[in-house]
Formats: sequence, structure tokens, C-alpha cells
Amino acid sequence: MDANDPTDRPAPPDLTSSPQGPRQLLVVGGGMVAQRLVEALRARDAAGAWRVTVLAEEPRAPYDRVALTSYFSGRRASDLALGDESLWADPLVRLVRGDAAVGIDRESQTVTTASGRSWRYDHLVLATGSSASMPPIPGNDLPGVFVYRTLDDVAALRGWVEEQAQRWGRPVRGAVIGGGLLGLEAAGALQALGARSTVIQFGSHLMSAQVDLGGGQALRRLINQLGVAVRVDTATTHMRPNRQGAVGRLEFADGGRLDVDVVVVATGVTPRDELARAAGLDAGPRGGVVVDDTCLSADPAISAAGEVACIQGACIGLVAPGYAMAEVVVDRLLGGAATFPGADTATKLKLAGVDVASFGDAFARTPGALEIVWADPVGGVYKKLVLSDDARTLLGGVLVGDASEYASLRPMLGRELPGDPAAYLLPQTSGEVRLELPDDATVCSCNNVTAGTIRAAVTDHDCTDLPGVKACTKAGTSCGSCVPLVKKLMTAELEKAGVTVSRALCEHVDMSRAQLYDAVRVTGITSFSEVMRRFGTRPDARGCDVCKPVVASILATTAPAHVLEGERATLQDTNDHVMANLQKDGSYSVVPRIPGGEVTPEGLLAIGQVALDYGLYTKITGGQRIDMFGARIDQLPGIWRRLVDAGFESGHAYGKSLRTVKSCVGSAWCRFGVQDSAALAVELELRYRGLRSPHKIKLGVSGCARECAEARGKDVGIIATDKGWNLYVGGNGGFTPRHAQLLAEDLDTETLIRTVDRFLMYYVRTADRLQRTAPWIDDVEGGLDGVRAVVLEDSLGIAADLDAQMTQHVDTYEDEWGATLDDPEKLLRFASFVNAPTTPDPSLAYVEERGQARPATAAERAAHDDGTGGAVLVAGTTLAVRS
Amino acid sequence: MTAPADLAAATVRWTAVCTLDDLAPERGAAALVDSEQVALVRLLDDRVLAVQQLDPFSGAHVMSRGIVGSRSIDGADVPTLTSPMYKQVFDLQTGRCLDGAGKAPLDLRTWQVVVTDGVVHVGGAR
Repeated sequence: MDANDPTDRPAPPDLTSSPQGPRQLLVVGGGMVAQRLVEALRARDAAGAWRVTVLAEEPRAPYDRVALTSYFSGRRASDLALGDESLWADPLVRLVRGDAAVGIDRESQTVTTASGRSWRYDHLVLATGSSASMPPIPGNDLPGVFVYRTLDDVAALRGWVEEQAQRWGRPVRGAVIGGGLLGLEAAGALQALGARSTVIQFGSHLMSAQVDLGGGQALRRLINQLGVAVRVDTATTHMRPNRQGAVGRLEFADGGRLDVDVVVVATGVTPRDELARAAGLDAGPRGGVVVDDTCLSADPAISAAGEVACIQGACIGLVAPGYAMAEVVVDRLLGGAATFPGADTATKLKLAGVDVASFGDAFARTPGALEIVWADPVGGVYKKLVLSDDARTLLGGVLVGDASEYASLRPMLGRELPGDPAAYLLPQTSGEVRLELPDDATVCSCNNVTAGTIRAAVTDHDCTDLPGVKACTKAGTSCGSCVPLVKKLMTAELEKAGVTVSRALCEHVDMSRAQLYDAVRVTGITSFSEVMRRFGTRPDARGCDVCKPVVASILATTAPAHVLEGERATLQDTNDHVMANLQKDGSYSVVPRIPGGEVTPEGLLAIGQVALDYGLYTKITGGQRIDMFGARIDQLPGIWRRLVDAGFESGHAYGKSLRTVKSCVGSAWCRFGVQDSAALAVELELRYRGLRSPHKIKLGVSGCARECAEARGKDVGIIATDKGWNLYVGGNGGFTPRHAQLLAEDLDTETLIRTVDRFLMYYVRTADRLQRTAPWIDDVEGGLDGVRAVVLEDSLGIAADLDAQMTQHVDTYEDEWGATLDDPEKLLRFASFVNAPTTPDPSLAYVEERGQARPATAAERAAHDDGTGGAVLVAGTTLAVRS
Repeated sequence: MTAPADLAAATVRWTAVCTLDDLAPERGAAALVDSEQVALVRLLDDRVLAVQQLDPFSGAHVMSRGIVGSRSIDGADVPTLTSPMYKQVFDLQTGRCLDGAGKAPLDLRTWQVVVTDGVVHVGGAR
């Protein structure tokens, strides 16, 4: 705005002063732009000049709308969460969910909501985004017609498709009206739900807003290969109901028809400017709140950002420009002078299996622009660069079928390309092109991070790994498409600085766990001393609490031997050393193996008798077995003598190893079971028992899709289907819960077991110390697809080796406790005191609670010791043992 | 290492606890010395070191069950013991806490130890 002309507009607001505490910033709309705005404000407003309230219509915190489609490929709603949750706990931030703003009173500077509340503001930001537009086709209100915009839309679509599949007992027939970016994503989503889909495009080719005709044709071939049909130049005239009253048929202007069970309309979006219009603010020719380059509307107390803002004459339906606007608003609120830099409309399609990217002047509209095209119709590749008239400066491009150069090329927009431009289009086999990005080239457009900022994170802020660089710069934290480039820049900078990226385990071993594993496996070394001699930082290094258990774990699968065999015993954590779980008071807990959770009444009685005789607190575990607590170290052999005699063996609850295979009862008993899940669980548990790994591993087997075994919360989850077994991997509980993702479908039992063998052994070989399967899969090159390539397609040629190693594990398994009881030498380790082997640790004290023992608290001990009463100590672990 | 002359010193009472063979190299063992719990550690060179069995961070008597290791401090290799409970690392020779694992460091008491004729004697606490 023109601040020098007071007649044109009111004087520019003084947005920074705060005479009476923080000023009130109100944000209407709880989407990605609102999230970014609050994040940026809280990061920069150190003085707390503003208190911000976000009014969100949806009943949830802002989520990653760009990744909505991934909701179908196994991600849950919570996986779409954006940023750091603690943002919403900030005392200067308030998030009001599920309450839509319905009116703005510019006079009194208040906003009222649907629930009748009213919010005063010193400054208001409209970030209401857009709604999916619904073309006026008769029948567009039939059940089964959906738009594709919010998490609720997507959830409703998913529910409908699943219901139709059940109703008809055949694949659901879907149609997507609209062949743009969103339409193709929707088609992919329908495919992911098991529906067939046809994309109906009004224009001459797919993605006509981003891609030229040649690119659109290549794209169509690729989309067809995914099993999605495409109709172009087709106008839909009617949606007709079926007998149930839901959508059943589409009719087209050319007389064609298509039978459907579900329709997704993805023809575009309409800015949600109704609040602003009602408040008398100007709207653009195609909607949107008209704002200037500072995102300010005609009312100096009201800004707009994101898709609802009509900036530089247009609304922009992409998240990166919305983020840029949010940053501009924040900068202005804090007294800065930022202006909107113009939109980067580059896009990259994230539809499984198809690479499409478009950036800059993709249609060569610049006068004199030259196009260089490389097309391989057979391979479904189409690449085009648009260059200035001297064929040197990059103006734009279209990449279909292979967009690997996108991340490197996009930041070069408006710059001279070094070397022959054609080299960037040729297949990678003809030699990699080395691009040195200038410091001011934008690498992450979502967060507007330049190459220079990423380099500075390494050189000035001492970041040495990807998580560090991401946290420091925010690069790669939104859509993630730039992460490979960020990593490349980071690594190059680290190498330049002479820093080798340290993956050293500790001061004794200068290798990562995976490197050490390979080294040990290839050399066939079988002892810790030899490992240190060959691979230690010093040949006489004696290790520490980090490298010792790692070496013990590696040797357990490369050179199997008893945990207490010779030098191996010195490497073990106390849990593995006494084969029980250390508890807070120094006593241990004991968990016998109960494969698949299947236990005989005799077994139950035996466990109960042991617990009774030793006074052990007894609890059912989450893994369908029984844990007995309060065993003293000197009691462990006696307890296990009894358990082994009753037919039990070690449950390895103490190890970084296979824990349990949880199962439902399966088809043997269950009315709904389609496979014998209990039998498979027992077979798998007996196969993988004792397998030492980088972290604990849990498996689950469910006998039908009802998933009573909660298998998708396990590292390896198996769910029965009519045809066999679906295999899921990477489910984790713990700190960062993750649902397992589908690795393979409808496997027969033999293939299933072979695949699980390879998955587990590949994990054992290559994961980091204490890395669970979910983050490991993220780290494997290519992620889940990479893992699938290795274990199902043998892309690394190591499958036979993995198989052989698992066979060796199965063949050499012995029960650790059984073997220990047979060896007097090993039993010596269970003495409570070397000079009083059976004297109990005098510090152990217990009180009774709910009929069982628990460790006494410090206060209870003190009260007991000075005779002031209180809790009564019980001799939980000192009862005489019956034999 | 304590000089043998100290054995005769009147101020230090020595208790014969076990034989050297009773202790596994690079692994700890608990002992009762004058009704106090002591953690003994036999190193690879047959030196025996003693610290308190009480883990000051957890309040449990478990130090002898930790992993024995070494750490380079100012160029010297220091034998260490890591608590099995919350993984604090201690200098076995001085009892000094080398890594509080996120907590304010708390040191361990140490005891003098001598091995004569294959018998391990624990002396007064230092």
C-alpha cells in the first residue's frame, strides 16, 4: 500500500507497539497456512508482543492436507500431523477447534463463531483456504458423490468404498471427474482402496494446467499402466442414481456412459471469501480476498494469506506460496518490511509409481523461448526444458516418467545452466550431471530455504546429520520432496570441511552397527577380543557399555553361542547376563515363553505354583504371557529349574530379541476366522525365538481382517485373508507409535515365512543400535519400497544369504535357561554375594498391595526402620522353597 | 595400587573376601564387607577394584551387575563401570561419576583392595 498518501487509505497501523500486554492476533482458519503463521510468529516474537488465537472449523489441529492421499496407504490421521505439537501448548497460542467463524464486525474488531462466541482482535488474518468446487451437474448431490479436500472427505470416501465392496462383492467401480493434480491423486487413492477408477478430463490432456500436450500424453500412458482408465475431451452431463438411490451411472456429452459405484469430483477449488465479502472487503474477479503485496486487505486490521488471498491478481492453490504469505504477515506484524516475492508454482505429483513435475514457464510462453524435448514413448518418459532464446538460461520444464532431475533443476530457474542443457534430459546412464547450486537458489520451496542456508547449517551451526539440518533450517519438513537434495548438499559441505559423517558407535569402534556387522560377518570373527583387534580404534581396546552389547548381539547371529559362553558373558547387559529383567529395586522378573499365547492348564498351574512358592508378584503382559516379579538374583536358577522341569523355556523378555508372537484364536475356534492364526503364531514364535536383533521385535498374527491380535502395531504383523496372508511391517509401540505398512499381499504360508525370514535378517544386519523397525525402514534406501525390493525381488542379491543365516539361527537354537542349568560354571554367576552366595540382598523390602507384593517406597522403609509404623514389610522373596 | 605395607597398618582392617578365581574377569561381583555391600571388579590384568554396591541414582544395590569398560580421559585409559539401572558411568579407580546420563553426577565410595596369595582382601573405605 502507499503509506505516503493519507487520503487513499488510513494511516499505516502501528502493528508493533504493545502498551497493555500482548496484542490479540486472530487467525480464522486452521489449515497449513495458519499452522505456519503461528509457528513463524512464535519463533520470531520473542518479546511476546502478540497473543494468537486460531479458529479452526475442523475438529482437529492443522494437518498435512498435501499428504491426504497417503491416508489410504496405511497412514493414520495422526500421521498427518504438522510440526511440533508443543506449538499448541504455548501459553501465547490458543487453538479453538470445531467452531467456524460466521461473521466479522470490522467496527468493533470482533469475529463471532457458529457457537455464538465472540473474539476481539487487534489484527485479523483470514486463512480460510478454499472449498472444493462442485460443478452444476444434475445428480451431483447423490449419495456416493464426493469431493476431495478434507480429512473428513477422505474418511467418508474410504468408508463408502469399503461399504460398496462389501455390498456388491466385486471390485468397486470409481470415477474421478477432473484430470488435474488433485484428480490423479484421487484416482490413486481409489486404486489404493481396491477400486477401479476412470479419470474423466474435460480438457485435451491430463494435468493441463501444468503439463503440455506431449507430457500429458506420456502421463496418460503411465496412468493407464497403473490400471487407471482415462477419458479426455469428455464433459459429464448427468449423474444418474442406481436402484438404491446412490450414484450409479455417468452420462457424457458425446453420448457415452459409465457405470459407477462412487464418484470423486476434483474439478478445482473456490476461495472461501464469504466472510470477507459479507464484511464489505473486495473480492477478486474469480473470488478471493484482494490483498496487496504485504497481504493486507483494504482494512489495515485485516490480512489474508493462503488460497483465500487474491494476491497479485490471482488466488494460488499451492501450499508453498501460502507459507510465504504467512511469513510476510508475521514479518509485518513484528515491524518488518517483507513483501510477497511472487509464487513458485512448481509442482510434483506424488502418485505412486508416476513421476510428474512441472516448474517455471512450462508452456514456453516467454517470447523467443526454446524447447528441448526428450521423449521415450516406450518407456513412458517425456522431458522438456524451456530455455531462453540463447539456449542458456533455464526458464521452466516438464518432467514425466522420470523426475529425478527435478530437485536439482528447479532451483536453477532463471539461471544459466552449466554445460549442454540436453545432458539434463538424457537417461542417467549417460553420466551424472554435476550441479553446483548457487547459495541463493531455493531448495525447499515449502519453507523457502536456500542452498546457502543449508550449507550454513553445517558450517556455522555445526549440524552433522540430516535431522539436525532439518531442525535447524526447516528444509524438508513439509512435503519432503527436497530431502534428497538437502542430504546431498549437507554431505558435500561436510566432506568439504573434511568431516567424515561420524556413525561411530563409541570411542572404541569407529563404525556404525551395520558396518561392523558386515565386517564381522565377512571376516568370520567369533570373539569380542578379535573384533577389537581387527576393528577397534585400538587393538587392545576393552570396549564399554555401548559397543560390548552391540558386539554380543552381532555375534549372536553370525557365530551363535550361549550368552554366557566364555568372553561373551562379559559383554552382556545385566538382563542378558542373568536372563531376567532387572526391576527398580534390583530384583528381577521372569517370563517363560508361551508361544502364541497358548498355554495348557498344567502349564498355568506350574507357573502359579512357582509364583506362589517364591512370593512373586504376577501380572499378565501385553504380549500374552505371564510375568513374575520380585525374584532375587540368587533365586533365578531355582525358579528356572522348576519352570524347565514343567516344560517351559526362556521367553527372552530380557533381550533385544524376538519377544512374542501375539495371536487371536483363529479359525480353529472363531466364527469369523479365515486362517489358523494361532498355529501360525506358534510356528513363527518357535522359529524366531532367541533371535538377537538391534532392538526388541514383536510379531502378531490375526485370523481375519477384524485384527484382534493388533498385528499392525507389531514389527511384523500378519493378517489372514481368504487367499492367504497379508504381511505388514514396521509397526511399533513405544515412544513413537507407528502402524505397520503393507509389504505383500495374499502370500501362502511358505512364501510368508521366507519373506519374514528375510525381513528380520535384513533388519538384524543393517539397522542401527537400538533402532526399531519403523525408523529403520525409513532409513533404508527407498524406504518400504526399498525393503520390498530386497526381500521380495532380491534386488541386492543377498536373499540366499539371508535365508541361510536364518536357517543357521533356527538350527542352532537352544534354550538358554536349560543350557545354563546344566552348567555348574554358569550357575556361579547367580550368587547374591561372592562371600555369602545365598544371603539375600538385605535392602530388598516389600509391602502388600491388592493381595500381592510390591517394592516398599523409601518412606515405607523409613517408617518401618524407625518403628513409626505405617506399611508392614512382607517377606516377599524369602519364603522357603518347596521342592 | 595400595602398597603391601598398608596391610600391616593398624588403621586399616582387612577382610579376606574370596579368591581371585572366584571373580570372573571384566565382570563384577557383590560382597558383604562388615555388613556393607561392596562391588568387586576383576580387570583383565587381574587388578581388583571395589566401589559401593549401592547405585546412588536408583537406590538399588546393583553396581556389580553393570558392564565393565574403559574410557579415554586426557589420554589415559580409565577402567569404568556402568550402572545397569540408568546407565551412569563411573571411574572404577576413583568412584568419580563420568557421565550422569542426564542427571547431576553422584560419585561412588571406593575401597582399597589387595590380592595376596590368590586371596582378595578388602580394606577400609576411602
